[in-house]
Amino acid sequence: MLQPIRVRDEPNQEVVIAGQVVFPRMRKNRSIMSKRKAKYAHLPIGESITQVQSMLRERLCNQRLPDKPEGTEAQHKHLLELLRRTAIHGESNSVLIVGPRGAGKTMLLKCVLRDLLEDKEAQKSLLQVHLNGLLQTDDRIALKEITRQLHLENVVGDKVFGSFAENLAFLLEALKKGDRSSSRPVLFILDEFDLFAHHKNQTLLYNLLDVSQSAQAPIAVVGITCRLDVLELLEKRVKSRFSHRQIHLLSSLTFTQYLQRVQSQLSLPQDFPDVKFAQDWNDSIKTLCEDKSAEEALRRHFNSSKDFRSLHILLMLCLSRVTVAKPVIKPADLLEASRLCFVDAKANMLHGLSILELCLIIAMKHLNDVYEGEPFNLQMVHNEFKKFLQRKSNSMYNFEQPVIMKAFEHLQQLELIRPVDGSAAKTQKEYQLMRLMLDHSQIMEALQKYPLCPTDVKQWAMSAFG
Amino acid sequence: MKYFTRLRVRRVYKWRGDPLAFNRKLKTYDYGSLAISVEGLPRTTVIVVGQHILIEGEDEDDPYVAKVTRLFGDDSGKQKKAVVQWFARVSEVPASKLKLLGREPHPQEIFYYQGRVCEDEVNAESILRPVKVKHLDGAAPFPDSDDKDTLFVKMSWDSKIFRVVPSAVVDPASEPAPAFSPPPRSKPSLPPSPPCSPPAATPTSRRVSRRTLSTPEPAEVRCSWGSMSTGKVRSLEAESHHSATKLSASKCLSATRRKASARTPGVRKKLQLCSPEKTSPEDAMDQLLDQELESEMMLVQRLSSSPPQALHLTPHRKGHTAPASPLSHRLTPLRKAQGGRDAEDAIPIKPSSVVLQQLSETDSPPPASRGDSTRATTPSRRKEAKAARESALAVLVEVDNENSPMLPAATTPRSSKRKSALLVSSRIRKQLHLLNNDQVLNSDGEDEDEDVFVPSKALQSSSEEDEEEEEEELDSDQEVGAKKSRVGSRTPRSKGKRGTSARTPRKTPNKKITPSTPQTPRYATPIIPSRSLPARCPANVLEEARARLHVSSVPESLPCREQEFQDIYSFVESKIVDGTGGCMYISGVPGTGKTATVHEVMRCLQHAAEVDEIPPFHFIEINGMKMTDPHQAYVQILQKLTSQKATADHAAALLEKRFSNPAPRKESTVLLVDELDLLWTRKQNVMYNLFDWPTRRHARLVVLTIANTMDLPERIMINRVASRLGLTRMSFQPYSFKQLQQIITSRLNKVKAFEEDALQLVSRKVAALSGDARRCLDICRRATEICEHSAPPTPSASGLVGMSHVMEALNEMFSSAYITAIKCASVQEQLFLRAVIAEFRRLGLEEATFQQVFVQHQALCRVEGLQPISVSEGLAVCQRLGACRLLLLEPSRLGVLQRVRLNVSQDDVLYALKAD
Repeated sequence: MLQPIRVRDEPNQEVVIAGQVVFPRMRKNRSIMSKRKAKYAHLPIGESITQVQSMLRERLCNQRLPDKPEGTEAQHKHLLELLRRTAIHGESNSVLIVGPRGAGKTMLLKCVLRDLLEDKEAQKSLLQVHLNGLLQTDDRIALKEITRQLHLENVVGDKVFGSFAENLAFLLEALKKGDRSSSRPVLFILDEFDLFAHHKNQTLLYNLLDVSQSAQAPIAVVGITCRLDVLELLEKRVKSRFSHRQIHLLSSLTFTQYLQRVQSQLSLPQDFPDVKFAQDWNDSIKTLCEDKSAEEALRRHFNSSKDFRSLHILLMLCLSRVTVAKPVIKPADLLEASRLCFVDAKANMLHGLSILELCLIIAMKHLNDVYEGEPFNLQMVHNEFKKFLQRKSNSMYNFEQPVIMKAFEHLQQLELIRPVDGSAAKTQKEYQLMRLMLDHSQIMEALQKYPLCPTDVKQWAMSAFG
Repeated sequence: MKYFTRLRVRRVYKWRGDPLAFNRKLKTYDYGSLAISVEGLPRTTVIVVGQHILIEGEDEDDPYVAKVTRLFGDDSGKQKKAVVQWFARVSEVPASKLKLLGREPHPQEIFYYQGRVCEDEVNAESILRPVKVKHLDGAAPFPDSDDKDTLFVKMSWDSKIFRVVPSAVVDPASEPAPAFSPPPRSKPSLPPSPPCSPPAATPTSRRVSRRTLSTPEPAEVRCSWGSMSTGKVRSLEAESHHSATKLSASKCLSATRRKASARTPGVRKKLQLCSPEKTSPEDAMDQLLDQELESEMMLVQRLSSSPPQALHLTPHRKGHTAPASPLSHRLTPLRKAQGGRDAEDAIPIKPSSVVLQQLSETDSPPPASRGDSTRATTPSRRKEAKAARESALAVLVEVDNENSPMLPAATTPRSSKRKSALLVSSRIRKQLHLLNNDQVLNSDGEDEDEDVFVPSKALQSSSEEDEEEEEEELDSDQEVGAKKSRVGSRTPRSKGKRGTSARTPRKTPNKKITPSTPQTPRYATPIIPSRSLPARCPANVLEEARARLHVSSVPESLPCREQEFQDIYSFVESKIVDGTGGCMYISGVPGTGKTATVHEVMRCLQHAAEVDEIPPFHFIEINGMKMTDPHQAYVQILQKLTSQKATADHAAALLEKRFSNPAPRKESTVLLVDELDLLWTRKQNVMYNLFDWPTRRHARLVVLTIANTMDLPERIMINRVASRLGLTRMSFQPYSFKQLQQIITSRLNKVKAFEEDALQLVSRKVAALSGDARRCLDICRRATEICEHSAPPTPSASGLVGMSHVMEALNEMFSSAYITAIKCASVQEQLFLRAVIAEFRRLGLEEATFQQVFVQHQALCRVEGLQPISVSEGLAVCQRLGACRLLLLEPSRLGVLQRVRLNVSQDDVLYALKAD
């Protein structure tokens, strides 16, 4: 089993081999397992990298559920119990899962459903209906979708027949005919629950919640929303029918937990084919998390948002910098990824402007300073620009009015400036009032990074008054 | 009755011939027959008085069966109406009552309806077609080979019990035979009680044969038993009848006056001895004849003479058709013999005849119908019926003189017996005949046959006199009745509407045939699949308690709403018992038991109806929230009433018709309209109709409406709607804490799961907040869960739901999450909130643009020693707070210019941030 060539390829290999020697279990595994397994231990580095990337991407892109809830055990238990009672005892319930975006609401529900459906009894009986407020934008569509997902008898193929009224009557009749003990329980999952509250008369919500409060087919209504004031959106009769159970997913995560999470998210599992590589990788992740600069970058992220989704974006950027040549994540990668995440979008856009357009922006900034944010028009900007040309410029030409106008329009198209609401379309373009959509800091940042920016323009921008 | 679908095409209704009579007071014309032609088809169906017909009902497949007793229309010709005698189909008899029948009803069986008075005036345009009706003897088996369109009468049904219909009574009524149907062969013989039983054995077949001539059927059924028991009164005292009529309905004055026009009071007085109530020539003549025959016992004879009439009835009818069939020939002698007996042994016959008379009085279609039939069969008389009556006196004189034997009638052997009578009747007939010519011409080929048979009529006429007298009397009665019903029924309906409502059903099916939108598959049954394993039952005390506390579980009783229950119960009950309608408005905040109480009331009432304490009724329920559009209310009501599907407009028309037109055996309807405010439309026509229907005379509709706001009628209803809703209001107060406690206790029903204090805490808390019982139950349910999942109970807790659990549940449900959310927010988010407050303080306003706040934010970052964030990041932070609704934001396309507001109080924010 000597592989001297590979050893040369991977400097850390020796350590891994040593590890094998140290851990008899692994060794045993190896020896028992066939040649194939043995080969895996010495995957070409490129293959290992591919495997790492696909595995971690799957994890970071929310395609894979965590094995157990992290930090939401209580909520998980509550919801699981609730749904289990619906599935097994036929008890109707309604519940709202409320939490900020990226807090793991959907993940919680998916985990609960996965755990619930492990129970054969529940699996056999439970029907599921998934609705999303962004997709089912009114009750008509929602009803069709419900009917379709329930495979009621007015569904032919994938098409739901009948008018809105018929569908509603049909569904209600179907639910009414059921009873607690004999009908299969139905789980209604309403994603973006708050949007359903904007449907006309809240008919769908009223009916679902009414069924959940009356002796009809057992249903569980699970609403998912990020709005904390969602109950205030409900009409009082709808509200009265809602059980007022709310599961709040508000993570009181500390930075230490956050770091742990980062580490666990990036670590490779024990069953990674190439154990040596996995060990190596995990070690490198550990060192990464202990690195001061990396920690600083992560803390900045943590300060900005505890949301795991944004963390995942950061980690994805890091992961994509892993190559065969550099099979680990270095703190520098993390810093670079962090910089990419925090880069200002508008400032980036300013880099692509011409000098003339940049000058116009600077003129607008000065106008804003002078007039304290009052709107301006093209003529004012042009005058300001001309003043600058007269006084200081030696590198700039005096542009014709139409050229200025064109540049101005370009800025408007980029939405760096926007017309004041209600300024009449009748007024001539030169006199249409505009506002600057940029903050000073963005302009200054852009100027710093603008390639080959004339010095006098820079100075003009820095100066307090035009 | 499948071919109705075919007949759904538009039908055209036309009077055949000129009016027979004109009622000046009511401006109505009586007609003898009505022609129905289907548009596009050459064939015309003729409905004549006395024929059995099908009348369009709520159920298209099972139209009502009735017999025409009178056809009349107004002068404009727009309104065509018919007075009918109803028959009940098996399906119309409540299933619970069918048991009384003691056997399986035949699917084609119908019952002669004698029940509570139901409106017998129908719109003639609701007539579908004639139908064959056969009378069967009580014991006789149902013939099985008959075609599906023949219906059988065995029993009468008065909504309480079934009675065997005496053949003598129903037979004439049960006459079937539209013109095209072949005369049924011999039927099992029907032995009627009285002496005339042998003749009665064959009547149907004979009648049928007569029918083939399209001579109209006996009619006038209703008047005999509907308006008053005329037979008796008539035979005893004319005056009493007269006054009775007056009493029975003041409205009939005009009718009596009309009668008076035929016989001036003076004349009648004079004639009273002989003809107590009738001035009709036949009547008078009969009397005279009787006088002749038995001059001594005049009064006695008077009394007895009417029974014989009833007796005659059946034989007599046979007599009509005598020439047409050999059977009738056989009968003629009998008839004669009877006539002879009549004259000679009036007194001996009396007892038996009286029995029959009574029968005829109670059920009595026969005399009436017979009378009508005579009228109808002799076309000559039809037209001039009135004229004849008016000239009654003159005729009488003529009769006395006994001159001019003008018709072949004179040649018949019978004429020897009662020549004078015969002559008179034939004479009258002739007179009428002249005037009636056009009508005869109008009618189809059948008329020729009729003409042919006129002589035969004349033959019988000797025996007909008595009957004619009766007929006359009935006629007048009918007029009274008709008048009454008309007066009653006319007011609520508008003429125009009637026409449309009658027509719409035929139109819409056409529409349905060309479906533009795909329909729900026809046989789709709305059902949730059933589970393979039954749901588990609660295993322990807490689970048991939870099941009982679920809002859906139906409690044994409704505590704390006794008064409201009583009020609603008595309101609805009284309306059902009286057969009237009314509205009630029930208001109250959500969760105060409005719907539950009404349902409980309905359960009780339905139970009462089952045990026959109150008349049966329909209960239907609609919910404004459970429909997509207010107009769907019509569709749902119609579907629940008749399981018919229709479009909203069509349903509205059908309901309008149903509630404004009389229908037989109509049960009261109790309609519960939940969430009334959702039925609001700009014109408010849905609400208007819902509240207007109960005020209709025939609606028998009780409307209970439920909504949340007490002043809904004043706030959203226009005056005419609010006025119709009326002032029967009821308000459900929110539950007090004691009531809530009682509700929970009664639901738990001795399942010991809660500590007393815990219950009290829940009730007090909820009562203070909303008084919503649902909330209360939900909290208790949640508390049991918390109790169950909390660590093994401490020895003191003993597994009961205690204060701590309830407190936790209360906190979970009532505490706002804002503060927790702020506490859990990221550092930048918290900073941003602080920046917002700082900026608000600086500006002195509760609103700032993002740009302004961002400046503050940058400053705060520096103070806190954090790296200042970029604008993009700041916007992201701001958006996240906005998504949670901690901040209220303008649309994000405004970028740094968007305005920011706080959705929580500044104090809350500061409190949450300080607590760290």
